[in-house]
Amino acid sequence: MSKFSALRIAAGFGMALGLGLAMSAPAHAQATLDAVKKRGKVLCGVSPVSAGFSFADDKGVRRGFDSDVCRAISAAVFGDPEKVESVPLSTNVRFQALQSGEIDVLSRQTTWTFSRDNSLGLDFGPVVFYDGQGIMVPAKLNVKSASELASAVVCVLPGTTTQQNLEDFFRPRNIKYESVVIENSDEWRNAYFTGRCDAITTDRSDLASVRSVAPDPKAHVILPETISKEPLAPVVRQNDANWRDIVSWSVYAMVAAEELKITQANVETFLTSKNPEVQRMLGVTGDLGKMLGLEPRWAFNVIKGVGNYEEVFNRNLGPDTRIGLSRGPNKLWTEGGLLYSPPFR
Amino acid sequence: MRLFYDLRVRAVFYQVLAVAGVVATGWYLASNVSQKLAEQNIVTGFAFLGREAGFVISQSFIDYKPTDTFARALLTGVLNTIWVSSLAVTFATLIGVVIGIARLSSNPMLRSLAFFYVEVLRNVPLLLYLFLWYGLIITMLPPVREAIELVPHVFVSNSGLTIPAMMWSPAHTNVLVAFAAGVVLAMLVRRRMIAQRVVTGQARRVWPWVLMSLFAPVLIAVLFFQPEIVIEYPEKGRFRLTGGAHLKPEFTALLLGLTLSASAGIAETVRSGILSVQKGQWDAAKSLGFNRGMSLKLVVLPQALRVIIPPLTSSYLSLFKNSSLATAIGYPDLVLVTNTTMNQTGQAIEGIAIMMMVYLGLSIMISMLMNWYNARVALKER
Repeated sequence: MSKFSALRIAAGFGMALGLGLAMSAPAHAQATLDAVKKRGKVLCGVSPVSAGFSFADDKGVRRGFDSDVCRAISAAVFGDPEKVESVPLSTNVRFQALQSGEIDVLSRQTTWTFSRDNSLGLDFGPVVFYDGQGIMVPAKLNVKSASELASAVVCVLPGTTTQQNLEDFFRPRNIKYESVVIENSDEWRNAYFTGRCDAITTDRSDLASVRSVAPDPKAHVILPETISKEPLAPVVRQNDANWRDIVSWSVYAMVAAEELKITQANVETFLTSKNPEVQRMLGVTGDLGKMLGLEPRWAFNVIKGVGNYEEVFNRNLGPDTRIGLSRGPNKLWTEGGLLYSPPFR
Repeated sequence: MRLFYDLRVRAVFYQVLAVAGVVATGWYLASNVSQKLAEQNIVTGFAFLGREAGFVISQSFIDYKPTDTFARALLTGVLNTIWVSSLAVTFATLIGVVIGIARLSSNPMLRSLAFFYVEVLRNVPLLLYLFLWYGLIITMLPPVREAIELVPHVFVSNSGLTIPAMMWSPAHTNVLVAFAAGVVLAMLVRRRMIAQRVVTGQARRVWPWVLMSLFAPVLIAVLFFQPEIVIEYPEKGRFRLTGGAHLKPEFTALLLGLTLSASAGIAETVRSGILSVQKGQWDAAKSLGFNRGMSLKLVVLPQALRVIIPPLTSSYLSLFKNSSLATAIGYPDLVLVTNTTMNQTGQAIEGIAIMMMVYLGLSIMISMLMNWYNARVALKER
């Protein structure tokens, strides 16, 4: 056999191998709930390390806002918030992991965009965190606005929408800039702290966590511009409407609980509430649980397991944490925010 | 039935069977994937290549703007990969040969230094070295606003080295083309004259003619096109030094890491090649009155090359593939650009396939080139 045909066959195998990776998708959908129940746990894709959103604490337990969303789903399905197996995923492989059935739901600071929704075979649940991309600069540069950044060098992480947002923001303003794209997030932060870059950009919530690890957090300012909309939402496969409903309504249950002033501590007392919506939601009356294929007290279990939205937010991201974020747009609609749950009826 | 016992028929039969098996497997996998993707409503195909990329690439050879297509962005990545790999291959070979020879030096100091160099560089993963070099550059050097001015108009900072640059124009390109023509011409002239000397046996000076054929085309081109020499000096702006040419730390760290790590391997290859030449060859060269340097250059190295080339090919191939670690420290090579592309379009299978094809294609080209060279230096039985 000549050298060349050997190479060609090797190339063929290489291709086959590459394609083969995408093959392990579940044979049939519509069955995520059954598969989850049979397995006895929810496989939840999360960030490897993202302060406030998902990280392993000193006992190895996953903490953070995104991990609590996973817990809520587990509580809705099993009545127990801890039946979650977290799968840490990098930004580059997260969608493939979901498409191929390696995880049941992706709860990983993922921005809901048109093209992701419509070309990846995925569906987005309700927005759990309204974020936006910001830019942080050292305070000593005395920059007041992002439009002053002409000819500056900006440190960016790859594999996210941030690179494109930056371009979309600067191009119409005719601002030339340079970017340094670094995949390793420690190196990325370091390049900014050492002054290789004049500015660093990512979602504002992330900037807050970068600033929290700076040698002197006060030496950095986050510029006022929010250069993009980053609605972060959990993601599921497109072909299972029932599972999508379960994920969505687990989130809505937390939001509605805040609106109805139901908390992790007082949820038991609400079982005797006279409010018909509370009765339906907590499974005292009606059969909302059955419509989802879950037990009647699914929403009760969510609130009992992780608490309402406010509790989850404050526990992981709120002013008393290291991240120290204020609610911003993530307030209830009744308080001028964007959080709004459809009615439970 | 009788036919099947024919050795040649059987050989063909098995080969056809093997090829059919491979094709069938490939076809099955491909159709299975496309069916599964279609079932999951995942868009496939390479149509995304024509769409606008919409992200900046920090360094590129060709003119690239964010309004260009993904295809052009990927091409920029490929060229960046080729550029850094070819420079690293060149430097690694030069350093490797020197270190390899130094490993065999009779001077114990030099010998142990070379030994130390090789062992330190080849026994630590390249990725760690990349982090080390990059970390050193960006933490040791001051930020650009406090850049050190080495000599007037030459600045060093953790954003790299900035030097004055000549403004390039088409006239300059023409002169460059003329220079390339001069090099080819000089090589032809030299070969021709040496051949003539062999035939006629008359010694004539070769070098004046070679020099003339090297520089004449350039001189003519300069007079004809009259390129203007305009120097652009770097100036301190609000954030950056603007203008001039700029050597970036990401590129420098990658080039340094690739070159040094590969040179250690190449040094060992060179040493083994030299050692493979029998001692009798050295003695024979000595008896002809060659000194050590001449023996090495004229007798030993040409023979050692036969041993050196095949493993050297592997070193080149792994250097080329290792350049993909660039993505960790932010040099926009093929992998980094493809990762961004995959993330923005979600076309992971296509992106991986493109990367595999490019690496495979370029690796095969390197192999072919080296095999051709190997065939040239291989022992020719006469």
